[in-house]
Amino acid sequence: MTGDLSGRVALVTGGTRGIGRAIVLALAGAGATVFVGGRSAEAVEAMIATSGAADHLHPLPFDVADPAAVKAAFMALQKQAGRLDILVNNAGVLKDAVIEMTSTGLMAETLATNLTGTLTCCQYAVRLMGRSGGGSIINLTSIIGRVGYPGHTAYGAAKAGVIGLTLSLAREVGGRGIRVNAVAPGTIETDMTAGIPDDKRAALVERIALGRTGQPEDVAPLVLFLAGDGARYISGQVIGVDGAMAM
Amino acid sequence: MKSLAEVFAESLMIDAASVVDSLAYQSIKEWDSVAHMVLVTALEDNFDIMLDADDIVAMSSVAKVREILAKYDVAG
Repeated sequence: MTGDLSGRVALVTGGTRGIGRAIVLALAGAGATVFVGGRSAEAVEAMIATSGAADHLHPLPFDVADPAAVKAAFMALQKQAGRLDILVNNAGVLKDAVIEMTSTGLMAETLATNLTGTLTCCQYAVRLMGRSGGGSIINLTSIIGRVGYPGHTAYGAAKAGVIGLTLSLAREVGGRGIRVNAVAPGTIETDMTAGIPDDKRAALVERIALGRTGQPEDVAPLVLFLAGDGARYISGQVIGVDGAMAM
Repeated sequence: MKSLAEVFAESLMIDAASVVDSLAYQSIKEWDSVAHMVLVTALEDNFDIMLDADDIVAMSSVAKVREILAKYDVAG
C-alpha cells in the first residue's frame, strides 16, 4: 500500500539522477506534485523533459550546500505551491579517499552537502509543514553511515550524522505532526557507484544475502511508503535497503 | 499589509500599545519560544519574506526585529 499522494507537494533534492530520479518518478506516479532539486538547472530541466511525468514536476534548481540558495528555493516553493508535505533529502556527494588523503576541502564539501545541506533543508521544511499541520521528511543516509567502509571516513561521518539528525528531529517535531525517517541504501547501481572496480564489486556482492546489487527502483518504493499515510505511525526509524548486507 | 506593531500584538496576543522597541524576547510571558515561532510565521506572511535561522535567533527585541526587516527592504 503506497497510497494516493494527490494534492500533496513534495521536494526531492538531488532529483535528476539515480535514486533521486527514481524517487521523483515514484512520487509523481502516486499523484504528488514534485519539485525537482538539483545543482544544475539544465540537468533539472532535462530530467523533467525526459521523465514522462512533466505535468507533475516543477524545476527547483539549487545547491543544498549554499544556505542562501536553500532559503531562496524554499521561498520560491512556498510562493508557487503554498505548502510542503514531503521532503526527500537525497542530494549527496561521495569522493573516495583514504584517511591520510582526506583533505580539509574534501571534508568540508562532503559535510556541507550530505549533512549541513540536509539539516538546512529540514529547518525550512519543518516551518512550512508546521503551517499545514504536518508532513513527512525522508533523509537518505547510507549503509556506510551504519557499518562503515574503507576510504569513506568523511562520507561515513556525514551519513552517520544524518542518522543522528533524523532521530533527534523526529523526537522534536513529532508533536507538530511531522514524521522524520531515514533510508539507508546499500550498494545501488548509480553514477555514484559506477566507478567501483570489478574485483571490489564482486567482493561487495558476496556480502549481500540477496546476491545482487540494488537498483534505484529498489529504493524508491520505501520512500514512497514513508511519504504516505500508510506510514502515519512510523517516525524516527532508519531502514536499510541493502539486500541484507547490513544486519 | 499590517504594521509591525499589529503583527506583534496579534502574534503575542498583547495590546498594540505595549509593542515598543525595548520590548524583549522572554521579558513577558506572552513572548515565549512558542509565540516566537508564531511571530516568525506572521512576519513572513505579512511582509512576504522568508527568515532564516540566524534571523530567528537574532530577533531578541522589537527594535531588533525592525532592524532585521530592514535587511529585507521591509519598513516595519
